[in-house]
Amino acid sequence: MLHVTRIQPLAIDPPRRSIPWALYHARGGITGFPSPAQDYDGRRIDLNEQLIPRPTSTFMFTADGDSMQCPDGSGIYAGDRLLVDRSIDADHGDIVIALVDGEMIIKELRCRGCPPALHSANPHYTPIPLRDAQYQIWGVVTDILRRMRR
Amino acid sequence: MKGLIALVDCNNFYASCERVFRPWLHGLPLAVLSNNDGCVIARSQEVKDLGIAMGTPMHHLPREAFERGLVLCSSNYELYGDMSARVMATLREFTPHLEPYSIDESWLSFEGFDRAALPDHCQKLCGVVYKWTGIPVSVGAAPTRTLAKLANRHAKKHTATQGVFVIESANSPDTLALLERTPVSEVWGIGGRVTTRLYEMGIHTALDLARANPKWIRRRFSVVVERTARELAGTRCIDMNDAHDSKQMIMTSRSFGQMTADRHEVAEAVRAHAARGAEKLRRQRSLACALRVTVRTNRHMLHLPQDHDSITLALPRPTDNTFEIVRAAQRALQRLWKDRGIRYQKCGVQLMDLIEATGQQLDVFQPPQPTADREKSERLMSALDQLNGQYGRGTVTVGVQRQNAAWQLRSNHRSKRWSTRWDELPTVRLQ
Repeated sequence: MLHVTRIQPLAIDPPRRSIPWALYHARGGITGFPSPAQDYDGRRIDLNEQLIPRPTSTFMFTADGDSMQCPDGSGIYAGDRLLVDRSIDADHGDIVIALVDGEMIIKELRCRGCPPALHSANPHYTPIPLRDAQYQIWGVVTDILRRMRR
Repeated sequence: MKGLIALVDCNNFYASCERVFRPWLHGLPLAVLSNNDGCVIARSQEVKDLGIAMGTPMHHLPREAFERGLVLCSSNYELYGDMSARVMATLREFTPHLEPYSIDESWLSFEGFDRAALPDHCQKLCGVVYKWTGIPVSVGAAPTRTLAKLANRHAKKHTATQGVFVIESANSPDTLALLERTPVSEVWGIGGRVTTRLYEMGIHTALDLARANPKWIRRRFSVVVERTARELAGTRCIDMNDAHDSKQMIMTSRSFGQMTADRHEVAEAVRAHAARGAEKLRRQRSLACALRVTVRTNRHMLHLPQDHDSITLALPRPTDNTFEIVRAAQRALQRLWKDRGIRYQKCGVQLMDLIEATGQQLDVFQPPQPTADREKSERLMSALDQLNGQYGRGTVTVGVQRQNAAWQLRSNHRSKRWSTRWDELPTVRLQ
């Protein structure tokens, strides 16, 4: 099973950190076009803004376990940081943090065309039927942060 | 007609915060301990039902509580402060008129809001706060703050209300019946001494106080009790910004004469508020376990950079000592200060999680303050209070803090010990 190990409070009003974002225009072979440097003008990506649109209801978790690893190698790995938004109403296909037998676990919610159940990406785990979705779902995982360079 | 005022109060706030991230603790009695795990400063409903009082020293906790699986948590003010900010940010989605009152209470004004639609609106508010933050809240709305506080108590006590109770009018038969059922000691702002004197005069219930002659109340008691009486009868006397002390919290705050971006000026004000708060603490014979420092810009001047921030810190031990409190307040401000030339309008210091000085017993694990030291400190504090009482407030103040390495070191050492002790607690297994 994929367990949730560490829970980190998220700064609710994080300082803005922006990185430049080049607005790339294909240039024709004609002279007289403005310098590409000008395209940096005022354009910035703020990762907080992009990844955490609702800081009030977003929490960060660290994943542990192997139940969400797919046979093809994709999925959620131990050590991944997860952004979890509590304000989202979980829907079919969402990866959710659920409370099962007093434990917080990560599963995929399937509820369309079948009784609601929590599925694992790893076929070694059997689906868990969901009795009380309103109480049992803690939040919806919106993003995974994985550092590729240790 | 004026709109209603609502008090939104988080249910068993610290315990609820602990449970958000450890849902398996639901249903178990849970108590939060003061710094250094000395005594109980917050309780879950189950702990309240066991009859365990606030301020109970840890080693006096009854065996029955442990048999029922009592969970003890060291106070984690960083978590509580963050969850508090999230709850308040969520509440701001429902009304722009929000005034944080304490770490777990906020006043919301519903001016111009249809009264008939208010119960549903508040119910929705409870649902959204719970969904977004995991914190359960109760809402009491009424024409005045004192009545809203009463409505909130009612909402908390009776599950049939589903956490929301609205008093639409102070004179309706239902309201009068509620006031009659409420002992005067449970009215907001009525302390133990006042209660005894009110009883002697035949004023036993909130209704008795509401019907008493306000002028007579003022002569016999004070303008504060008079305002409470008028508020119970439905006249609004307590303002959004009025500092109102209760048994659990002391608040000192004031606007600067002129907005200021000067760090020293703000620090001086914070020191003054902290010292004044400590004086109030000593007068009511309480000790504070934590404090919260708040700074705020003028929210009506939107062309200026806005900031509304607060930090909650645990005090090294439950204390009423001006120097310890001022030092902690300074430290909180240091962490809060942004150095971006923001001009502040107001700052405040809140002393929280108050326990009775007499009931205080030091934890066996913590080296107690030597008796001689404590007596010296008590003599110094009473001399301070006497001088300030005789020659006017601010005659003797606490100066700029010197870098006190000893104190820093001691608190570092302690915070490490909490975590090791926390790990040693048998209940951690539940994690």
